[in-house]
Order: sequence, then structure tokens, then C-alpha cells
Amino acid sequence: MLSMPVVDALLCNGCGLCLTVCDCEAFVFVGNVVQVIESPDCGYCTDCESICPTGAIHCPFEVVIEENYEISIE
Amino acid sequence: MVIEADVLKSIPYFHGLSSEELEAVRARVFEQVVDRNDMVILEDEPAQAVYFVVSGAIKVFKTSIEGKEQVLCVVRPGESFNDVAVFDGGPNPASAVAMTPTRLYVISKKDVEKLLREDSIIATNVIGVLARKVRHFVSLVEDLSFRHVTGRLAKLLLEYAGDHEWAGTESTSKPKLTQQEMAAMVGTAREVVGRSLKALEEEGAIRMDRHRIVVTNKKILERMSGVPAA
Repeated sequence: MLSMPVVDALLCNGCGLCLTVCDCEAFVFVGNVVQVIESPDCGYCTDCESICPTGAIHCPFEVVIEENYEISIE
Repeated sequence: MVIEADVLKSIPYFHGLSSEELEAVRARVFEQVVDRNDMVILEDEPAQAVYFVVSGAIKVFKTSIEGKEQVLCVVRPGESFNDVAVFDGGPNPASAVAMTPTRLYVISKKDVEKLLREDSIIATNVIGVLARKVRHFVSLVEDLSFRHVTGRLAKLLLEYAGDHEWAGTESTSKPKLTQQEMAAMVGTAREVVGRSLKALEEEGAIRMDRHRIVVTNKKILERMSGVPAA
């Protein structure tokens, strides 16, 4: 499953700014709040997170060491 | 294009105005509609007007000679930008670009000056708006003791990377961090985290791989964090 931004429906005020900033149409209104739909075009730009006035959208990052890093530096 | 009084009322500049006063403002407002990525103002150009976001969002930023961008703020509905240049008579201090299709209300420099002279409520409101902006920028200046923030962020990434207590656990159980959380953890603004991540990427310490921050060179990251290499 593709990692996508996450919306906290309790914080969403339905302003729709995320819909307008998103190039890949990953946000849809369901009732008065937005939901995320999986989009292969999502490049995880995090514009939706930065534009959200209520902090309802999260783009979490996993921090990992490069695979084979230890081998490659030997 | 109709200038809506209800929208004007929601803008902090015009809080508490009577219908007549709002009408005087309305007569001096014009509307501008811009598309995503349209430049609204350019840094160092003469200031022509103050802008109010009605819908959409505007990014206010400065660009260094090397082309690095520092976001100063994101302006959302109800908020204004380019106020400083209109009031101090200098050029635009920063550039502004539309992040989304955006509707703006615009008042020319000359008309803003007239409104301030004519209406003390607007003058008081403007002082409040500018004071909040000064507070925001003071906080940003504090954050932009920049090298320090990059170092703290490098340290945080090292802690969250492979050799931490959850190393080897299932990917789904590893904690993930948003840029907002990283900002809170290193004591800075989200805007500064974005720039610091870019700086770490340019140094070859990390690679942004969609939802992953991949540590590509731990030694560089350790050097930048000030943590002695193991």
C-alpha cells in the first residue's frame, strides 16, 4: 500500500485548501471533511501539510539507513 | 466581480467597522484572481498595494543568490501580505507566489494611506496585524540561527535512523515523523525544517525518498550533528 498523507477528521475544518494545492487529486470531500485517496502520482511534496490551517494533515516520514550502507563504506 | 462586505468584515484590518465604514473600504478594493504558481509580487520591486487572501493560499518567500528559498510565511484566507512595504515606502521585501488558485482583494498603497488617515479603527487594527507579524518574524529570526538547526535536525535523524532502539523492528512499528513534529523536537519552525532537510540532502548526508528520509552517509550526518563518530 502506498504511503499517503493522513487526515485527522476531527481537526479538519473543511476549508478545502488541500484540494486546491494537490496536483494529484489525492483529497476528496466526504461530507464536510476531506479524506485521502491513494494516488500513484503523489510525490509526497507535503504542500498539503504546510497549507492546512488546522494541522489536520500529516505527512509522516520514516527515517532509515541506506540499505547496504555498512557494506558500501567498507 | 463583487467585493463582498462579509469577506471584508472577516479580515483583521477591518474588524469592528460599521456598515458605512465598510462601504468606504469596499469602494477602494479591487479583486485579483491568480492561478497556482503565479507570481503576485516580486522582491525589490516598488510596492504598489497590500493584498488580502480571500480564498486559496500565498507563499511569501525570499530567494538567495544561490537560488535557495526561505519561506517566510504561508498566507491563508483573511490574512494580508506586503503590508510592510506599503507602510514604510520601501520596495517589496519578499516575493509572493500562489500555492493554489487564489482570489485576492487588493488595496493600492495610496488608498490604504487614505483609509488609515480617515479611520482610527483601521489604524488600530493595522497596528495589531503588524505587531503579530513582528512577533512571527522575531521567532523566525531566532530559528534562523540556521547552522544550529541543521545540526540539531541531523542529530534527531541519527536518533531515529537504524541503530536506535527500534532498529530491526517491523517497519510499521517504527515511529515516523512529520516535518511539524521534527520542528517541534528541534525547536524551530516547519519552514526551517524543510530548508534544513534540503541542506542535509545537498551535503550528501540524506536522500529524500518520498515518505522516507534515507541516511546515505552516516559519517557526514554525525559530523553535521556534532556527535562524535562511533
